[in-house]
Amino acid sequence: MDYFIELFCSGLTRGAIYALIALGYTMVYGIIGLINFAHGEIYMIGAFTSFIVATVLSIYGFPLLAIVVLAGLAAVVWSSAYGYTVEKIAYKPLRHAPRLSPLISAIGMSIFLQNYVLLAQTSDFLPFPTLIPEFAFMEPVAHIVGSTDIVILITTTIMMLILTVVIKGTKVGKAMRATSQDRTMAMLVGINVNRIISVTFIIGSALAAVGGLLIASHIGQINFFIGFLAGIKAFTAAVLGGIGSIPGAVLGGLVLGLTESFATGYVSSDYEDVFAFSLLVFILIFKPSGLLGKAETKKV
Amino acid sequence: MSLLKEMKKGLFTSLWFVFLTFPLMVIKVDPIERVVRWRWENALYVAVGTFLMYLLVTFLMQRKNARAATETEVDADRESFIHRLIASPRQKYLLGGALLAVAIAFPFFSSSYQTNVMTTALMYVVLGLGLNIVVGMAGLLDLGYVAFYAVGAYSYALLNHHFGLGFWAVLPIGGGLAAIFGILLGFPVLRLRGDYLAIVTLGFGEIIRLILENWGEFSKGPSGISNISRPGLFGLELNLDAAIIYIYYLMILFMIVTIFIVNRLQDSRLGRAWIALREDEIACQAMGIDKRKTKLVAFSLGAFWAGIIGVVFAAKTTFINPASFTFLESAIILAIVVLGGMGSIIGVILAALILILLPEYLRALSEYRMLAFGAILVAMMVFRPQGLIANIRRTYIFEKEKSPAEKS
Amino acid sequence: MKLMKTRKFVAAAALMLAISAPVAGMAGDTIKFGVAGAHSGDLASYGLPSVNAAKLVIDQVNAKGGINGKKIEMLVEDDVCKPEVATNTATKLVSQGAEVVLGHICSGATKSALPIYKNANVLVMSPSATNPELTYSGEYPNFFRTIAPDDVQAKVDVEFALNKLGYTKIAVIHDKGDYGKGFAEFAKSFLDKSGKAEVVLFEGVTPGAVDYSAIVQKIKKSGAQAVMFGGYHPEASKIIGMMKKKRLDAAFISDDGVKDDTFIKVAGADAEGAYASGPKDTTKNPLSIKAKEEHKAAFGADPGAFFENAYAATLAMVNAIEKAGSTDLEALKKALQTEKVDTPLGNIYFDKNGDAIGVGFSVYQVQNGKFVELN
Repeated sequence: MDYFIELFCSGLTRGAIYALIALGYTMVYGIIGLINFAHGEIYMIGAFTSFIVATVLSIYGFPLLAIVVLAGLAAVVWSSAYGYTVEKIAYKPLRHAPRLSPLISAIGMSIFLQNYVLLAQTSDFLPFPTLIPEFAFMEPVAHIVGSTDIVILITTTIMMLILTVVIKGTKVGKAMRATSQDRTMAMLVGINVNRIISVTFIIGSALAAVGGLLIASHIGQINFFIGFLAGIKAFTAAVLGGIGSIPGAVLGGLVLGLTESFATGYVSSDYEDVFAFSLLVFILIFKPSGLLGKAETKKV
Repeated sequence: MSLLKEMKKGLFTSLWFVFLTFPLMVIKVDPIERVVRWRWENALYVAVGTFLMYLLVTFLMQRKNARAATETEVDADRESFIHRLIASPRQKYLLGGALLAVAIAFPFFSSSYQTNVMTTALMYVVLGLGLNIVVGMAGLLDLGYVAFYAVGAYSYALLNHHFGLGFWAVLPIGGGLAAIFGILLGFPVLRLRGDYLAIVTLGFGEIIRLILENWGEFSKGPSGISNISRPGLFGLELNLDAAIIYIYYLMILFMIVTIFIVNRLQDSRLGRAWIALREDEIACQAMGIDKRKTKLVAFSLGAFWAGIIGVVFAAKTTFINPASFTFLESAIILAIVVLGGMGSIIGVILAALILILLPEYLRALSEYRMLAFGAILVAMMVFRPQGLIANIRRTYIFEKEKSPAEKS
Repeated sequence: MKLMKTRKFVAAAALMLAISAPVAGMAGDTIKFGVAGAHSGDLASYGLPSVNAAKLVIDQVNAKGGINGKKIEMLVEDDVCKPEVATNTATKLVSQGAEVVLGHICSGATKSALPIYKNANVLVMSPSATNPELTYSGEYPNFFRTIAPDDVQAKVDVEFALNKLGYTKIAVIHDKGDYGKGFAEFAKSFLDKSGKAEVVLFEGVTPGAVDYSAIVQKIKKSGAQAVMFGGYHPEASKIIGMMKKKRLDAAFISDDGVKDDTFIKVAGADAEGAYASGPKDTTKNPLSIKAKEEHKAAFGADPGAFFENAYAATLAMVNAIEKAGSTDLEALKKALQTEKVDTPLGNIYFDKNGDAIGVGFSVYQVQNGKFVELN
């Protein structure tokens, strides 16, 4: 039973990580119907920015709390700026293009950003500073669930709640929902669609940046390629939960994380990804639009 | 007046990019030695670079817009230059013949490196044409196409390794196996649409690769299979240079056969069913087309070409391991189809040549190679979103005097 | 307008062909030294250090007037560690007239490229391709390497774990790559054969995964006293960090891919006490210290993985060219097999298979943030 709980906890952490990145995918998809392959790279840039800022500040002797806050802030600011700029350069000109063109543009952007960080910084792995201390009160259960796991779980929950409130309760959120339902109609009622799309990218990128910071301090290292695999997994999570749905992204992330954890624990980690993808195929066969996705009924 | 305004906007853009690239370009930290290097000169380069880039892009955009505004007629003509060229059969055959002559003569005036690279490009032409059946014609977004390629490659490698089967014997087997896998994938995903289909195919591609990587007893795992024999010429053992040229000609032959078949398919009942399916599934079903069968045939035919090329791939490199069949490979093949202009055969050929030859010829840029490749991919999509040569839809216009004529 | 376009296109195409065409007739003025490996993509961090190493050595040789009056010219080509790209890289290097090649980095890429070099009688020396077949099979007479093959490393580690540390339950973990899995499979077979210890777990982890706690819990459940890991340092530091976090107290024993200063830097305090096998005593070797200082001065950072192996390989090849007086493959092979050369890895020469002799292997332990050699 202990073993089960241990696996369950590691699955939850993994799932929360996927969920944080998946939120950005799902928001962008919901609003412009684009699989934003460069999202993983935005997450990587967030992690890198927080690494640089945190290291510089710690060299200049700032206290830990200030480092965490400033590094987090810098990661959010710059990731959002990158998200915004990427949208303006690579997706906005393609708004009326055939459906697959922005997808290729996104893949190109992903390759570009990876190599940009490789050249501007380094190809090597870098040690990420410990931003989340080991809490003393966690010590009795530390062998099952650590301090970073708790912080990741709590942050993901808070982020999801804030996001839900923003989308359900605010004017911007309303405009976002309107844009995702029908862009032309949204324009007709006076919504500045371009601005709403930019806002979506900014929020999605900010979430990815928070994810980048947390995950990097969880595993303690970064390099320019970390965005790729995390991006693919998060995308899988988003689809699993029903792409376009925010609770769906979180649920999808958790289901994926738990599956991988149990597959590793009870079968073999050789095949953890095989299990993850098989689960995806299996779920989509029975629920073709994901766990929480709306079934599309097409009127003729 | 507007120049001043543009300058101001350019200045603003370059300032934005200086801000954007500041942490990554300017600061470099060494977390162990605890030193910070401030590379201010990089900020200057970024500023100047983006400013010039902005002016260039604005200039190009303005020219494009100006031309679009004043010379719509001429522009439309220019757009369909290639289409008009191939519209007349005589010109088409003349052009095709000339290209074929160049292709046949190619190995004689270039090094074996050039021939080798060109063979790779031709392989991607055929892969692109194969995926074009699935994505371009039938409209099924497939992100795991490389799985079928892997099936073909491994079937040759394993059959050759264990049973000593030759290239020509395995060619149909590899293609057939890949087609069977296509059907296996096709069945469960029949109900899925659009991007859900995309992720399932992506997952399928990854599953195949992971099995090859982990099931060591079967596939020799990550260390791969080496010493796969090259294709023989009526029992003749060829030396390396001759083998390179031989495979090149084989690929030319395969390409011609593929173009012929795909071209015929496009005009066939099946091809039209695919296009109908792509445009509107419901209307298509209402017209009495068996959706299930049509989709499955598209999947398996697309997979068949990938399997064939997989066999050629294994024979050409003589060594394979799972590292060659990653998602990025699928993405590149998909990029070929989209860049070529979904469904357009000439477009796919051109795009494959560009996308595969480009990274090779960009080697001169050494470490900036992939950076440039990514940027060019984005730029090409931004400037030609419909693809290099968009497929024209056949429309028939009934006019009183003329017989039904084709128009773009 | 139309004509202009076509003409421009033709001109551009011609230019492209001209640039890419091999420079003929230049041979003889310089010695062409190819460097091939992963210089972009996910494995770039293993390939780029060897480019730096070759550059450092070659710049020094050229500053002294070159070899036998000839300057060395570097030809750097990327293979992304993919077999199919590696064949293009190899044909390109051969077309450009490369006379010796440092590379490739990955065993798979090396295997696919070697027949092409063999056909052109080009000497190839890899700083990092550890697959045993490369030298043992005898199929690649033009291949040499300055790194020990998988089985040698595995043997050293297994003997150390059994005889010095006396463990009886060992979990063998690898990173699913050709290097890591190769090592792990040998380690497992040596452990099974010895009869002294039980392999309680044999599994691969996905490199680049965001979290390794599940596998660490599984190791814990298996009751292993030690984890033997085959793979590179990024995964090693993630696993060892997670082991500390999950309060799993098992020894960590690994291979040459982990015996890298980056491992200690990234894992920090978690690395303390970990074992890794590597070439004998490089920390006190004056050439090794010098090479690292040169790298620091030239590139402003510590060198990365396989830097010393690449530095040694470049030195060995340069020495062989000098001693042989030509770049003829047979003469070079003879020089490599007979002439000893001082390198950061020690005073080395090569056996008839192509493996380096004199690169003793020993086990290191991380003590106070440094690899300390154990005897």
